[in-house]
Amino acid sequence: MSGYVHSIQSLGTVDGPGVRFVAFLQGCHLRCKCCHNPDTWAMTGGTAYTAEGLVEKAARYREYFGEAGGITLSGGEPLLQARFVQEVFSLCHRRGIHTCLDTSGSVLNEEVKAALAETDRVLLDWKYTEEALYRAHVGCRLAVVEEFLTYLNEQNVPVTLRQVIIPTVNDTAENVRKLKAVAAAHPCVDTVELLPFRKICQTKYDTMGLTFPFGDLPEPSAETMAALNAILSEKI
Amino acid sequence: MMHENWSGFVGGRWQDEVNVRDFIQTNYREYIGDADFLVGATERTAALMEKVQDLFRQEREKGGVLDVDVDTVSSLVNYAPGYIDKDNELIVGMQTDAPLKRGVNPFGGIRMARQACAAYGYRLSDKVEDEFRFRTTHNSGVFRAYTEEMRLARKCHVITGLPDAYGRGRIIGDYRRVALYGVDRLIEEKQKDKAALSAAAFTQDNIRLSEEIYQQITFLGYLKEMAAMYGCDISAPAANAREAVQWTYFAYLGAIKEQNGAAMSLGRVSTFLDIYIERDMARGVLTEEGAQELMDDFVMKLRIARHLRTPEYNELFGGDPMWITEAVGGMGKDGRTLVTKNSYRMLNTLYTLGSSPEPNLTVLWSAALPENFKRFCAKVSADTDSVQYENDDLMRPLHGDDYAIACCVSAMEVGKQMQFFGARCNLAKLLLIAINGGYDTTSGIHIGPQMPVMEGDTLDYAAVAARYGVYIEWLSRLYVNTMNVIHYMHDKYAYEKTQMALHDTAVERLMAFGVAGLSVVADSLSAIKYAKVYPIKDELGYITGFNTEGEFPKYGNDDDRVDLLARDLTHQVITELRKTPTYRNAVHTLSVLTITSNVMYGKNMGATPDGRPSGAPLAPGANPMHNREENGALASLNSVAKIRYEDCRDGISNTFSITPEALGKTEEARVSNLVTILDGYFAKKAHHINVNVLNRETLIDAYENPEKYPNLTIRVSGYAVNFNKLSREQQREVISRTFHSAI
Repeated sequence: MSGYVHSIQSLGTVDGPGVRFVAFLQGCHLRCKCCHNPDTWAMTGGTAYTAEGLVEKAARYREYFGEAGGITLSGGEPLLQARFVQEVFSLCHRRGIHTCLDTSGSVLNEEVKAALAETDRVLLDWKYTEEALYRAHVGCRLAVVEEFLTYLNEQNVPVTLRQVIIPTVNDTAENVRKLKAVAAAHPCVDTVELLPFRKICQTKYDTMGLTFPFGDLPEPSAETMAALNAILSEKI
Repeated sequence: MMHENWSGFVGGRWQDEVNVRDFIQTNYREYIGDADFLVGATERTAALMEKVQDLFRQEREKGGVLDVDVDTVSSLVNYAPGYIDKDNELIVGMQTDAPLKRGVNPFGGIRMARQACAAYGYRLSDKVEDEFRFRTTHNSGVFRAYTEEMRLARKCHVITGLPDAYGRGRIIGDYRRVALYGVDRLIEEKQKDKAALSAAAFTQDNIRLSEEIYQQITFLGYLKEMAAMYGCDISAPAANAREAVQWTYFAYLGAIKEQNGAAMSLGRVSTFLDIYIERDMARGVLTEEGAQELMDDFVMKLRIARHLRTPEYNELFGGDPMWITEAVGGMGKDGRTLVTKNSYRMLNTLYTLGSSPEPNLTVLWSAALPENFKRFCAKVSADTDSVQYENDDLMRPLHGDDYAIACCVSAMEVGKQMQFFGARCNLAKLLLIAINGGYDTTSGIHIGPQMPVMEGDTLDYAAVAARYGVYIEWLSRLYVNTMNVIHYMHDKYAYEKTQMALHDTAVERLMAFGVAGLSVVADSLSAIKYAKVYPIKDELGYITGFNTEGEFPKYGNDDDRVDLLARDLTHQVITELRKTPTYRNAVHTLSVLTITSNVMYGKNMGATPDGRPSGAPLAPGANPMHNREENGALASLNSVAKIRYEDCRDGISNTFSITPEALGKTEEARVSNLVTILDGYFAKKAHHINVNVLNRETLIDAYENPEKYPNLTIRVSGYAVNFNKLSREQQREVISRTFHSAI
């Protein structure tokens, strides 16, 4: 079967452990207000790849992966093409390549479960710690994502919990403490990462003739990030 | 025979013959530990370095040249001793009688010496002018023998930067020999070689060799005299670590007093010197602080080495480089690493003395290098942007385990191989000349086989490729012949007496040709093959521009359709070069390296079918053209890795700039990621990489506010430069290069 790939980054060092080949899959249904890849939303378009073709391409970089690296499928929402993800990851495993999935955790069905069975690590985008914020800014419910994490926990899939810190929305100590509590409640979560909100994507919105909903919000300062990260590393 | 200064060393063949490698192999101790043993600069070192920094500041303020001695012709014994701070220097010796004062060296060409003086507001003295009035220089010899076609090729810039008016350089004397054997023993061996010649037929070759050995012996004598002026007797082997460093430096100093070659590389001395340091430490007469001080003082001396150049020269080789290249690390044939504690100390000078373009520290990378050393190198790279890497696993099978790097990427076995340097030809310009049937639209010069301008509304790939082949064949023959003239004359009028005295008498010679514009040609051929290229003609009927319609694969994206065009082109060029015999039966080699001349090359040529506008810079070395990479950094590295080292034995240069954020989120991650990237790139059989970890914004700020960044070092193309020493044009080109960044 074919998957639709928006773009490829041969050197990914921020989406999963080590040096990674990152493929951004086409299509997302959420329309999050903080999204930095609006160009991946459309459910059509992208470059068609067979699973073999994509893995063949990724394998051209395996010399660079070292012990920790591998492939990451991101998006868009890669789980909208769950069968493709499953096929790609299963072929990677046959070649001994580590697999990583960067997802919003908003879809959970049998096909997704099959894909997760081939996933070595999930980078789970835990956008907010309050259902109200999900309702206001994300196209799915937090409860769905919670269910997703519960499933990962049952399956013992290692998880990196990630959250974008957006000034005035979730840049509070309280939010970070809640996020820590989520992690603590799920032993499968071994890492929590706070990512600073960036507006470098403004040009993408402009090109597409769209309004960047969070375009008026500031980026967090280095001090804010340091303070929140300090809370993150505090012992509970 | 055991000289008393050798006591404590394990004996071997190295005692019976001049064989530094054997000495190293029987005596060195590999080090696989981490960098924790290293120490910082001592107070003495810091104070001395402050004086050096102050001299650098004065030099900058005077427009790049602090002072010129216009009355003395540079040679080993022509200047009184000079010092930075006599009482506080552990290692002594200056090119002239004062630090950063440049000597004049008219042996390459008197006109260059005159122009170089004038460029900085000096006037070459009548005394020197008189001395050279009736003397043939290398430059005048070459121009007597050049054919009209050679002059035209030079004039229209299809071959440029040839060492026909300056010292050829790229020769590495085995400076360690002076420390290990002392000069008297080296003279003795050369005398034996000369005597042995008398049994041979006295052909032209042997007569020349006999005279050369005579000159080598004479200059070994001058070397002793030079050291004596500094109160050192180097006739005998070095007795301790300080002497070993000092003797080695004297040998190098003699070479740069005699020659102003473009690249005057140091070789591979760190591990050799480690043996002396370990011996002194075992004797309890040297501490770690003391060892680092010796290396710091040595490196300080290397950092103040200078040659006087003309502005035209600086356009080709920007940033006032000396290419004092020191090869660090690598593996031995027996599987032990050649990394020693002193390999760390050499790299540590980038911390003790601050980052710097010189010496040109070059790590010989192998998959088998100790993990600790790999990580230390990656850290130093990320911190200082002052290190380059070359593939030991690729070079060791060809050059053994005692080779070094001359200039940027040229491997040669120390003391056993030398090189005839040949700059480079502009393959992109040649493509335009071919399309126009032997006419260069930029200079208006007719050159090469004359045929009609290519016909048709669009360019046909097969026709262009066939036509290009004819011109490659023509240029290759001309290029070899031109090089033969240059090196015949250089041997005749500016022979490197000191450096060749520190080589085996039976030396293997390499003749290093080079190409520029590889990525532009690959992308242009790809455009012709996969898109539609409509030529635009001027009123005379020559093609001066192109309309390119449609998509085409671009080099730098790991796409074989275009990458193999680049690979096959280098193969085609070296194959053609090999068809014309070389002077002294040198082995033909090829490099893909531009230094900073990619700017000047691009300036002197028209638009190309890949969309590059007329006058725009070419990409440096084997780099993909700026900002045409669409799949990220590793795809770009994979494209370059496809160029075969067996075709380009003189090196394939790739300069890689990445932002810290794109390399990893934490310092720890950046170090690990850089290590695996280097491991991966070299596992792909790539040859060379310069690593810069920095933001474009830093460079833009430095461009606008140079005073804020007096020591900003950046790797450019096989070497590092102080960013402020580049021309504005070169700075802009460096800023426009691809910076691989996180999305």
